[in-house]
Amino acid sequence: MAQVSLRKVVKYYDDVEAVSAIDLDIADKEFVVLVGPSGCGKSTTLRMIAGLEDITGGEIAVDGEVVNDVPPKDRDMAMVFQNYALYPHMTVYQNMSFGLRLKHFPKDEIERRVQEAARILDIKELLDRKPRQLSGGQRQRVAMGRAIVRNPKVFLFDEPLSNLDAKLRVQMRTEIKRVHQKVRTTTVYVTHDQVEAMTLADRVVVMNRGKIEQIGAPNFLYHSPATRFVAGFIGSPAMNFLPSRLEQAGDGLNVRLSDTIAFAVPTERVARYRPSAGKELTFGIRPEHLTEAKTNGSKNLATFDAGIEVVEPMGNETMVFFSISGTEVCGRIDPNAGARVNATMKMAAHLDHMHLIDNASGKVL
Amino acid sequence: MSTATVAAGSVPATRPKYGSMSRDRRWALRWSYFFLVIFAVFFLTPPVYMLITSLKTSAEISAATNPWWVYHPTLGNYVELLTSSAYLTYFRNSAIVSVFVVSITMLIAVPAAFALSRMKFWGSATLATGVFLTYLIPETLLFLPLFKMFATFNEWTGIELINRWWVLLLLYPTLSVPFCTWIMIGYFASIPKELDEAALMDGANYRQILLRVFIPVALPGLIAATIFAFTVSWAQFLYPLAFTTSQDQLVLPVGIITSLIKGDVFNWGQIMTGALLGAAPPLIIYAFLMDYYIAGLTAGATKG
Repeated sequence: MAQVSLRKVVKYYDDVEAVSAIDLDIADKEFVVLVGPSGCGKSTTLRMIAGLEDITGGEIAVDGEVVNDVPPKDRDMAMVFQNYALYPHMTVYQNMSFGLRLKHFPKDEIERRVQEAARILDIKELLDRKPRQLSGGQRQRVAMGRAIVRNPKVFLFDEPLSNLDAKLRVQMRTEIKRVHQKVRTTTVYVTHDQVEAMTLADRVVVMNRGKIEQIGAPNFLYHSPATRFVAGFIGSPAMNFLPSRLEQAGDGLNVRLSDTIAFAVPTERVARYRPSAGKELTFGIRPEHLTEAKTNGSKNLATFDAGIEVVEPMGNETMVFFSISGTEVCGRIDPNAGARVNATMKMAAHLDHMHLIDNASGKVL
Repeated sequence: MSTATVAAGSVPATRPKYGSMSRDRRWALRWSYFFLVIFAVFFLTPPVYMLITSLKTSAEISAATNPWWVYHPTLGNYVELLTSSAYLTYFRNSAIVSVFVVSITMLIAVPAAFALSRMKFWGSATLATGVFLTYLIPETLLFLPLFKMFATFNEWTGIELINRWWVLLLLYPTLSVPFCTWIMIGYFASIPKELDEAALMDGANYRQILLRVFIPVALPGLIAATIFAFTVSWAQFLYPLAFTTSQDQLVLPVGIITSLIKGDVFNWGQIMTGALLGAAPPLIIYAFLMDYYIAGLTAGATKG
């Protein structure tokens, strides 16, 4: 059980800056997910916390104690690797107990902890097997068991589910969450999969090009992204981005997307956007906020005609694709709305959920 | 109806010829057998000839009979050698030297390979290349400067290194350590980096990682390297020939030719017997460890 804090942590590989001055505070018992595209510095950050990479600059502290120069073996952290990294010559039991045996724990204590972890992970009947006799999912469980028996201050996960097939990945994701709810150990989890990040995290840290773009609870990031990168990275299918111009319209403001389509900015946002009036901005809206026009339209719904180009039925919903000023836009509509290819459909934009992004800074206004 | 019959009848003629895979395979096998038999005959002829000759008396060897047949088989050569104290001394010297050389080699090569392959330090890549280059220098070039070094050492300290069997314990590792280090670097490099990181996270220090993870995982490679070191020291000829001269200091390969060739008289029967008996230990070791050896040579080829 521990807090972890990073202060202006920098990492250079030769002349390449992998991580640039990031600040992050991880609370006790918290599950924090670092997410971002490959090469964004998330794994490097995790490995610096683990002590597997030297820190070029800044400070990493556990429970207020700076651990920059503490070797990994003395940091009391456990790590689960992408390719499991089980010791191939040891049985599952020996794999899980290795760390405890190195620390000369009494035999019965080791036995008790391994059995307990095996019970939590449901791998009791595998304890005598060698790793090569296990499936990918079982190996992943053993790797987690090896972490759990140590009862460490911090769990570190480095893309633990990337090597599993899609179905197993979903299953193990739930498993990890369940285990964390049971053992409540501070956890730092790295993934490039935003769905994993959203489902597992208490707080998500979105990283890009060695910097932290935004930190927040999954739903907060989803609804209030701070930057265009976060807006585009979180959520699937991704948010639609359209070039637009913010125009003065009497007391209010209009977002003009094309010669024919312009939406009135909701009155409660006018004050917020007013300083940017007259500017070219990027208009962002998620597919689920572009629906078919309903008769019982609520406030701040703007309707427009869309020429449907592609229809993708998903069962519970239907994706429709159309163009606005040459930019492809995705909307999610009711499967019974009767979308047809090459037909014009009346669509509604839910402007309470719109975002305006400054093109120069990439910040959401 | 009739057209249907015709069509059915013509099917086999128009069908593409299957089975070409197995025909290819058959031909590949024939060629393999052909060359393998040639090689086997080529390489097995000398030992077979040695065996035949070792079972003959000196008289029969020099007689103008069929050299490939034993008319009066005798174990006399074997009895004579195995009761000769000189031969047993050579055998003992060889055994002692080999066992020590293998131990020294592995004690140096394994930690060296671990350090060079895993503990990235300043100059480690250069050092690894240097180790390999050392191996490329043949002993035929090395023994002269080594001889000179020993002479100089003797002048300075008064300690005589020439004609001492234990000096071979210093000499053989110059051949076995670089090669064994090099192959162990290869085996260690095939162990995924995450494995030592996992051990580090589990609280192991470098010594524990080497002893409890790397050595067990790279065991086939370790055995391959051990066999190599043993073969090198058992079969080494030039160094003992150059550095040892007294009867009681000689190892087997040199002992056989120095004691069994008297002037221009070649005691062929005993030479062959001695060589054959001398070849027995490596053969036995190979036979027992062959599976490991092959597993070692192909380790890392596929992902476990």
